[in-house]
Amino acid sequence: MSEKHTHTRTIAVDLVARVEGEGALRVTVKGDVVQDVQLKIFEPPRFFEAFLQGRHYDEVPDIVARICGICPIAYQMSAVHALEQIFGLRVEGALRDLRRLIYCGEWIESHALHVYLLQAPDFLGYESGIAMAKDHPAVVTRGLRLKKAGNAIMTLLGGRSVHPVSVKVGGFSRVPLRRELEGMKDELLWARDAAVETVRWVAGFDYPEFTPGYNDVALRHPDEYPFNEGQIVASSGLQISVNGFEEHFTEHQVAYSTALHCTLQGSSYLVGPLARVNLNQEHVTPLAKQVLADCAVALPLRNPFHGIIARSVEILYAVEESLRLIERYEPPPIPAAPITVQPGIGMACTEAPRGILYHRYEVDGDGIVRKAKIVPPTSQNQSRIEQDLRLFMPRLLSLPDKEAALACERVIRCYDPCISCATHFLNLEIRREGSA
Amino acid sequence: MLDRQKGSGEQRRPRVAVFKFASCDGCQLSILNLEEDLLAVGEALDLAYFPEASSEMKPGPYDIALVEGSITTAEDARRILAVRQQAKVLITIGACATAGGIQALRNWADVEAFKQAVYPSPEYIQSLSTSTPISEHIHVDFELWGCPIDKNQLLRVITDLVVGVQPRLPGDSVCLECKRRGHVCVLVAKGIPCLGPVTRTGCGAICPGMGRDCYGCFGPSEGERKGPGLPPNTVSLATRFHRELQLIPVEVVRRFRGINGSVSPFRTESEAWEKKT
Repeated sequence: MSEKHTHTRTIAVDLVARVEGEGALRVTVKGDVVQDVQLKIFEPPRFFEAFLQGRHYDEVPDIVARICGICPIAYQMSAVHALEQIFGLRVEGALRDLRRLIYCGEWIESHALHVYLLQAPDFLGYESGIAMAKDHPAVVTRGLRLKKAGNAIMTLLGGRSVHPVSVKVGGFSRVPLRRELEGMKDELLWARDAAVETVRWVAGFDYPEFTPGYNDVALRHPDEYPFNEGQIVASSGLQISVNGFEEHFTEHQVAYSTALHCTLQGSSYLVGPLARVNLNQEHVTPLAKQVLADCAVALPLRNPFHGIIARSVEILYAVEESLRLIERYEPPPIPAAPITVQPGIGMACTEAPRGILYHRYEVDGDGIVRKAKIVPPTSQNQSRIEQDLRLFMPRLLSLPDKEAALACERVIRCYDPCISCATHFLNLEIRREGSA
Repeated sequence: MLDRQKGSGEQRRPRVAVFKFASCDGCQLSILNLEEDLLAVGEALDLAYFPEASSEMKPGPYDIALVEGSITTAEDARRILAVRQQAKVLITIGACATAGGIQALRNWADVEAFKQAVYPSPEYIQSLSTSTPISEHIHVDFELWGCPIDKNQLLRVITDLVVGVQPRLPGDSVCLECKRRGHVCVLVAKGIPCLGPVTRTGCGAICPGMGRDCYGCFGPSEGERKGPGLPPNTVSLATRFHRELQLIPVEVVRRFRGINGSVSPFRTESEAWEKKT
């Protein structure tokens, strides 16, 4: 035998848990060198873009909601804004506020789910939020109540929190009465305190040192923290209108995944709460800034594990914004602006809980969708997740396979990947090809 | 019914598993959305396998398997057989698992063309030409309808099973619930083509309550006029859409061909009107 004894070790974890959707991770290691990282998404394709063809524009919000049970409002919002662009309509005033408000509800619900039930167990050493509740009942109960506050906003405005029914092109099928919104104020005031506690709680976690260096991408709006409007900006200096998305961002297919990968001028980039908070620091509220200062957390955040801090700051933002919107609410004269159908192409980008969500539609003179294109946040983060795993792997090589695999899962969960949008279980496999 | 007696006569917690197939995760999210009841459910049940919520995944057999999602790949058609073998009681949760879901719209389309519309290299994509409900592949003990399911219906069914009662959920139409809640009828008063008269209750009649048409996300009702277990009168409703509300045939097709479009009589109705287009 020569000195070069090559062997391959394969480590497989059947399911990486606490993410939304189905996929696998395969890491190939040769000696001390990480050869390849593939985040394989094998969530079965559901072909939404194809079967939207031939549907009437007013069916689109009900259909695209079904892409994701966690962030249906994001899909509905990107869709209605893109379609309204085609019909030359801008929704303003109280209807615009209500759209921000229902989006706040979704951020609170989705972020509280991830912070309390999906990611915090990693930092405190539990397999689930339910198991964590045995030792930390007050904390988990706080998280569930926060989540419920977000769901309550969605239910009041949308009829239910999963696949709400009231969002339509032009506005809503029904708008709430002032007193209905006021009825939520007490709970939201509680939620504001709970969100402050959430930021303090997560800021005290023990974080690994890891700063890969990101090109953050998010919407930016001159007057407000972005939900439905703004320019697409990147920390690299890119600043474009949403209509220029496809000139700069390109989707490509890889053989091992049913989700398309999206890159910005050929490189990976980051979307989601971390990128959003970094690029919109001026719109972080005074209260959130104070809490961050108290916890000695400085923006920008550069460590993907700090995503949980960014998410908590955004819960606080969304609660404060909800209270502000409720305070100034006067019901609009009509629940939806009238539509004049005309043929054309429209695009929109909104800030889903997990990052920018781009939609483009082509509609004919009868209001029938002829083409649809949808780029979800997780397919944009996929390349970035792979790259971070490549950078994080070297420090894991000395660990036993099982522990290394668990550490990789923790990295993946930082991004709150939604693989249904792009999954639900990850198969983690590490191949070690080494010289001994 | 669950037999939960151990040999010693000591009661153990029922072991519950949650499996996902092609779906949006919204129905299992309904479990996490039980909010304050979630921790009580976690106490009463052994959530042995629920990957979305826990990284501890205990092997079967399970007392109750909750299945979300439809069958759209050959691999999933094999996987569901293994799930059945591990489960004493198997319940489908939601429109995808119970009826094929929105992705069953492919059943009328050319999936190869779909792949080409979505993917630059369609040859990498493994997918069946149909999206089918779980009951087409294995025996299902109980079906929960809805897109998404109603979390209280789920809690009700699990509670019934645990205490040893045969679960029963109402199968009558959204109309009855709508009337009970005192909503203005959107079909009669506003001329909106509402599917409430032929759609199963369970959602709380939320769409008419929000001033819009029901779009059938709980699937076809039963028992209306013809008796329990029999289909609703979609022929009459479709005719009314056409004659009184001036829907052209292709619009009638789209009305019935939605989230539960591949299940009869929604399917037969859309196919009948397709011939008139």
